[in-house]
Amino acid sequence: MTIDRVGGGALVLFAVYTLWEARKLPMGNVQNPGPAYAPTLLALLLLVFAVVIVALGAGSSRIATVGWSEWRHAVAIIAVCIFMALSLERLGYRITVVVALMLLIGLLERRSIVTTALFSVGFSAATFYLFATVLRVPLPRGPWGF
Amino acid sequence: MLETIQNLALGFSVALSPAVLMYAFIGCVVGTLVGVLPGVGPLAGISLLLPATFGLNATNAIVMLAGIYYGAMYGGSTTAILMRIPGEAASVMSCIDGYAMARKGRAGPALAIAAVGSYIAGTISVVALMFLAPPLAEFALRFGPPEYFALLLLGLLVLAYMSGGSMVKALAMAAFGLTLGMVGIDQMTGYFRFAYGVVELGDGIGVVPVAVGLFGVAEILATAGQATPPSIMKPKLRELLPSRAEWRDSAAPIGRGTVLGFLIGIVPGSAHIISSFVSYAVERRMSKKPQEFGKGAVAGLAGPESANNAATSGAFVPMLALGVPSGPIPAVMLAAMMVHGVAPGPMLIKQQPELFWGFIASMYVGNVVLLILNLPLVGLFVNVLRVPYPLLYPAILAFSVLGVYAVNGSVVDVWIMLVMGALGYLLRKLDFETAPVVLGVVLAPMIEMALRQSLAMSDGQYAIFITRPISATLLCVGAVLVLLALRPLVTKTLDWRARLALAEKGEN
Repeated sequence: MTIDRVGGGALVLFAVYTLWEARKLPMGNVQNPGPAYAPTLLALLLLVFAVVIVALGAGSSRIATVGWSEWRHAVAIIAVCIFMALSLERLGYRITVVVALMLLIGLLERRSIVTTALFSVGFSAATFYLFATVLRVPLPRGPWGF
Repeated sequence: MLETIQNLALGFSVALSPAVLMYAFIGCVVGTLVGVLPGVGPLAGISLLLPATFGLNATNAIVMLAGIYYGAMYGGSTTAILMRIPGEAASVMSCIDGYAMARKGRAGPALAIAAVGSYIAGTISVVALMFLAPPLAEFALRFGPPEYFALLLLGLLVLAYMSGGSMVKALAMAAFGLTLGMVGIDQMTGYFRFAYGVVELGDGIGVVPVAVGLFGVAEILATAGQATPPSIMKPKLRELLPSRAEWRDSAAPIGRGTVLGFLIGIVPGSAHIISSFVSYAVERRMSKKPQEFGKGAVAGLAGPESANNAATSGAFVPMLALGVPSGPIPAVMLAAMMVHGVAPGPMLIKQQPELFWGFIASMYVGNVVLLILNLPLVGLFVNVLRVPYPLLYPAILAFSVLGVYAVNGSVVDVWIMLVMGALGYLLRKLDFETAPVVLGVVLAPMIEMALRQSLAMSDGQYAIFITRPISATLLCVGAVLVLLALRPLVTKTLDWRARLALAEKGEN
């Protein structure tokens, strides 16, 4: 299996899904196109390109040759991002960022507890002060005012 | 001519006011930092700092964001020359001869040539922008929906053609971006499309979470687990002055790079990246000593560095005059202008002359600021690279979440950024370009509106696009590009796009 065939195949699935979902919207006609007109046209176009990519994809690199050495790190970072998205409005910006940085720097990067704590708390407090207090960007506060 | 000078005087009266000067300076400093840091390109930098401009007036905000853009072009060369790591993608070509000069003990002169070349190119191209944008805007007043549709389509085709590698893959990515841009309320009928009950998606998928996800988060995912960067050279101030021979060798490449960069900048595409590649190729071809390229040739550094800075000004021409972004960075700039109630396009120069000419004048000032920042203070900026990456990337990630959340105060945007980050990581692994996705998301509402209005105008006749001279010409140019992209399939040779792809992968 080659990278173009995997990528092209995924795009085929996405295009078919879009076509399926677009059926729920009014198509209109060519004189007066409805909300489904452009998505359908684009999904068909994407489908054509994706099929061409799959068809011409035999000569591209094999999927096994792609380096995935950093995948554990990537998955851990995504997990921390999910935590941030879930907790940002529940715990507030400052607590969320402190916890996320501690997880990334302390657990994932295995830095000393002092460095981790100082950097996490310092970064969270400094960015909150800069953005929320000085620049007046509204950032979420948690149930305890943080 | 006299009118332009009067307008420029008006611009300088705006640009030299203390507040605008301060924001231009802040933009340049932040931009240089963004450029110096590997993994944080100008696109992610502008996107992240967009919320910080919400409290500013439109002129200050746009001047600051533009400062970040061209500041990043200057800063990117520092990391390329001293570490052989491109601070941002346009500095890829500077890695080759810039780093080779540094290895030969000429790091200081390499930095000086890059900074002076960038300054000259930046300043001259602002002059060109000043003279070209107003007549282009005047011409664009003749555009109706079919012309805009053809122009936007051409923009996507040019971006796909100019991207390194397969044009079909780039076009697929553009179509993918356009499809994502269909999410949200249909502007003509009010229907909710593909929103699945998520009210926040009513306004569509924002360009900022898409850009930060595909460029910022994806870069972190791809690089965080890798080995630490190599050691950094730190030149002293007295070592910065190039020799007379080096100045002589750099003069013509700076001139050629400026012209090439500006012209390529106007054309849609990742202009600053392409311009540096084209300039490098031109310099190697014109050189009397092509064998020196790759081993520290001054022309191999001066040309590309000038070209990528000239391209940033060139990219502002279609954005300001037509309201059409020529790449992902102008697209985010366009979104930023809209956030501040400014509608770029043919009427901007007439309706808001203070903003337009103040912006132009601020670019002259910004280039002087950057020259000052990038020569004596280079050691200071290099120190940023001494922050260990295991501390740096978590901070960048937290900034990304902060920046994306703050645009609309919505966690949905953070989720979109996260999904786009994971998608961008996979797309990089599968060798797909991500810039067309961003441009597709931005252009989708415009292109759909233009298509539907054109069809309504013509009673459903697609022939309207080929019966009107301007749209027919634009579509013909697009068709030529598609044919040019197909040529290597017939001749079985590597064209310049394939060579660009190889260079970006570091195989050159």
